[in-house]
Amino acid sequence: MSFLRRERSVLPGFGLSLGFTLFYLGLIVLIPLSAAFIKTAGMSWDEFVAAVWSPRVIASYRLSFLASFAAASVNAVFGLLVAWVLVRYPFPGKRIVDALVDLPFALPTAVAGIALSAIYSKNGWVGQWLEPHGLKIAYTEIGVFLALTFIGLPFVVRTLQPVLEELEPELEEASASLGANRWQTVTRVILPELLPPLITGFALAFARALGEYGSVVFISGNMPMRTEITPLLIITKLEQYDYHGATALAVVMLVASFCLLLVINLLQKWSRRYYRV
Amino acid sequence: MAAAISTTLSHHTSHAAVQRATHDPRWVRWTLTTVALLFLGCFLALPLAAVFAEALRRGFGAYFSAFAESDALASIRLTLLAAAISVPANLGFGVAAAWCIAKFNFPGKSVLITLIDLPFAVSPVISGLIYVLVFGLQGWWGAWLIEHDLKVIFAVPGIVLATTFVTFPFVARELIPLMQAQGSDEELAALTLGANGWQIFWRVTVPNIKWGLLYGIILCNARAMGEFGAVSVVSGHIRGETNTMPLQVEILYNEYNFVGAFAVASALALLAIVTLVLKALVEWRHAQARAS
Repeated sequence: MSFLRRERSVLPGFGLSLGFTLFYLGLIVLIPLSAAFIKTAGMSWDEFVAAVWSPRVIASYRLSFLASFAAASVNAVFGLLVAWVLVRYPFPGKRIVDALVDLPFALPTAVAGIALSAIYSKNGWVGQWLEPHGLKIAYTEIGVFLALTFIGLPFVVRTLQPVLEELEPELEEASASLGANRWQTVTRVILPELLPPLITGFALAFARALGEYGSVVFISGNMPMRTEITPLLIITKLEQYDYHGATALAVVMLVASFCLLLVINLLQKWSRRYYRV
Repeated sequence: MAAAISTTLSHHTSHAAVQRATHDPRWVRWTLTTVALLFLGCFLALPLAAVFAEALRRGFGAYFSAFAESDALASIRLTLLAAAISVPANLGFGVAAAWCIAKFNFPGKSVLITLIDLPFAVSPVISGLIYVLVFGLQGWWGAWLIEHDLKVIFAVPGIVLATTFVTFPFVARELIPLMQAQGSDEELAALTLGANGWQIFWRVTVPNIKWGLLYGIILCNARAMGEFGAVSVVSGHIRGETNTMPLQVEILYNEYNFVGAFAVASALALLAIVTLVLKALVEWRHAQARAS
């Protein structure tokens, strides 16, 4: 492996660790992922289009995209608020609240799914008050949106928090001493600083929501054309032994999430350049 | 620079005015804190409370008898087994990847880092699907596996593989930035003192990265035990054989056995709470270690 080394390091274990890393990466991730692309390459163009562009599939794209977008937007607004409160204001029990923010990462998605549908169904804690007023949440698009909001919640908070903590108070003092009032300082000095991590957090929450399955299937009701998300459609096709259809859909989703990953990487580079000057 | 400007300028501005401009009035603080806590209460605390309330709806007797069922016990055993294989495997990988990325320079390093993060960008459903394409009946190895009477899909190996895929980046992504920040000065010092590779690793590197290592293991384990989508695709839902705890929750829920479903779910929710507590503890210890 010595030809790979640009700078010679005297530490041992390069060949062993890189060799094992590449072997394991290939075995667990790259070879299985390539199977999806190879399987799709075996389809004709017409077959592919028929699998990924039928009315039922388009309806699922629309729901997945719109619900994820709405959920990520709500998370951007409230995530900014939560991060601000956690960093700037003292209140009792702050440590516990801070730890609780990570709950959607730690709680298995199936548990979140049945808990949300229990709360928002007809007899649930919240549902029993809303349904008499004609507002149905469980088994509608709103349910899908709520589940996606739950699982995306930590992303915005956790990307904003470190940036807010490092924001120098001198910046605000300077702004104040130059005659700005508090509102001007917040909107013209602080918010522009927070914009790059805010967009990054939004993109992370959006990407996560697009692929989410476990928390949504219980609350969505899974009605074709109405409350069926794209990942669920992949499972449905698999259960009908339509491997080609399922794989073609998977490839569309994989390409979409790789593009998002690229955008997120660029965003993170942008926000790093923004700060470390 | 900014500090210098503000001290010079503060002579011209009264202290109270600066205070007014850098601190929010009390009513703003109160309103924002209340709204934030209400939002977190509705979205986080309420679902968590609902799990335990639903599980205990018929009392403690019904709750505990839900765990006495053989299918529930089998699902707990399978979940523990899948985590016991996938977590150490990803731990070994994470350490190896962090060692070669943080201690050496080679072309294609940033591509490698991106590829390691790849499983996070893949939908759980697709994570399961790709193993069906490789090992399933019509997959690449399907015929060969049948010939040799081996089962991967709809069996335990498939569940372990899918779990390993979804938890793949956890340890590596904690260790890589940590070891990059620490550099290799201490390892090089050990080398000049005559230590060999394994001695350097165990006596110098491991003590330095232990909190990051622990952090990665905690997150990896939580995801391994809680994974639903990927495992659901490869499991085949055979009762007592290929159902992990999250799948058992789904089956019981779909059978309208709500107490049973929420009882198993409450065990997973307890695991999540323990994870959050351990995570907060490790973060706190890590901050302390860095401060001292």
